[in-house]
Amino acid sequence: MKLPIYLDHHATTPVDRRVLERMLPYFTEDFGNAASRSHSLGWRAEEAVEWARSQVADLIGASPKEIIFTSGATEANNLALLGAAEMYREKGDHIITQVTEHKAVLDTAKRLQQLGYRLTFLPVDPHGRVDPDDLRKALDRRTLLVSIMFANNEVGTLQPIADLARTAREQGALFHSDAAQAPALVPIDVEAMGIDLLSLSAHKAYGPKGIGALYVRRKNPRVRLAPQMFGGGHERGMRSGTLPVPGLVGFGTACEIAAAERDTDARRLHDLARRLHDGIRDRLDEVYLNGHPTERLPNNLNLSFAYVEGEALMMGMTDIAVSSGSACSSASLEPSYVLKALGVGDDLAHTSIRFGLGRSTTREEIDYAAGRVTEIVLRLRELSPLYEMAKQGMDLKKISWKSG
Amino acid sequence: MVYSEQVLDHYNNPRNVGSLDKNDPQVGTGLVGAPECGDVMRLQIRIGASGAIKEACFKTFGCGSAIASSSLATDWIKGKTVDEALKIRNSDIVRELNLPPVKIHCSVLAEDAIRAAINDYLEKSRKAHS
Repeated sequence: MKLPIYLDHHATTPVDRRVLERMLPYFTEDFGNAASRSHSLGWRAEEAVEWARSQVADLIGASPKEIIFTSGATEANNLALLGAAEMYREKGDHIITQVTEHKAVLDTAKRLQQLGYRLTFLPVDPHGRVDPDDLRKALDRRTLLVSIMFANNEVGTLQPIADLARTAREQGALFHSDAAQAPALVPIDVEAMGIDLLSLSAHKAYGPKGIGALYVRRKNPRVRLAPQMFGGGHERGMRSGTLPVPGLVGFGTACEIAAAERDTDARRLHDLARRLHDGIRDRLDEVYLNGHPTERLPNNLNLSFAYVEGEALMMGMTDIAVSSGSACSSASLEPSYVLKALGVGDDLAHTSIRFGLGRSTTREEIDYAAGRVTEIVLRLRELSPLYEMAKQGMDLKKISWKSG
Repeated sequence: MVYSEQVLDHYNNPRNVGSLDKNDPQVGTGLVGAPECGDVMRLQIRIGASGAIKEACFKTFGCGSAIASSSLATDWIKGKTVDEALKIRNSDIVRELNLPPVKIHCSVLAEDAIRAAINDYLEKSRKAHS
């Protein structure tokens, strides 16, 4: 077993060897510019790009012409929100999103607010789901876009996308979804689900960093976006810039593999995540699951270990790479806004750890991780005045804390 | 976060972890911070017949730097008189542990914990003598 054990696959994934091998020739041999129409190097590059485009499209039930390549999901989210807002300014001025979105959506939405658009940020239930009824009530005739993520990057909650998309469309609003976390793990079908715009990221699905895509529906309805990047008119004029051919070949290969292996992978990871959860809760009391009990990414396990601060926990297990919702681990000194939105108190938010399993995760690694986590939590609880007070029957909520 | 050797040492081998009977008249207890803020320190002292701090112990809920700050504080105040202990400043802790700017609040909390424990003891003895 190689240490550290990587359990942070929501942050990024390693490039699959099969992906890397397909990419390599496009750096040095087939290095042409896909926009060069005058020679075979350009044609070969274009052919590779179009192959990649069709792999991405196939994975989400789209047609290749509906895929706009970008530098990642952040750019795709920016293009979707800014591009739609600008294009449909005549039609409306209202945009709806929700509170646990990634910052790439939230901060773009706030930018639009500064530009004079009306923004609604829908709440989520304690499991992190948006209620389609809340969306229905928030929609009005001037709503041009609804943006709700497919799966949350911290707690793994899956949104009821088909219901939400249908609700948005009934009111004539476009529906966008940030699916950065999803495609290697859960099925996505833009047709069946009624999605108009969908953001994707290669590096969350065993492809290279710096590559992503925005799906833009071509019919029923035909969605148009005002470009946010200008130049050579690449990507149907929606996103100029020379295409990064090796990266796109990698993205295409990653999607091809995901299409073939997703369901098997998802089942295996779901079982391993449960094994990790069981291994921990069998040996520790007061461990709380954050997010939805069943409607969640199969590789995600987000737990709060009451009375033990998250960063201290991570410090004790340097052989396991995870992340924490604790304030101490972020630059802002605020605990996770996602956990807060779910109604998880700041006290428990500080004790949270996110485990993100991946394609290379083994049972041996999971058993090791469960053991290590248990050991460190027990050690830190020995050190925790809160654990001692709680065990003596004191109600910690009733103490008037003198914060430092 | 990259931790200094000193922080790692205190985190891995915390000094003086434990509890004293908070009802003992010779014991002072300081409980500072809040669970919502991610830091709670409990620092306790026992004053000997000579008036010096005979025993000091702590328990801390918080990050590694908070644990290290309180561990170091207990080490430093042991054997000192109350007046000497009150002279310890958070900046001394920052220097000794090589804390980065984002962790300075941990040292502030440790200084607060020392003060709170001493005040608790002084309060108790004042009441006992009145």
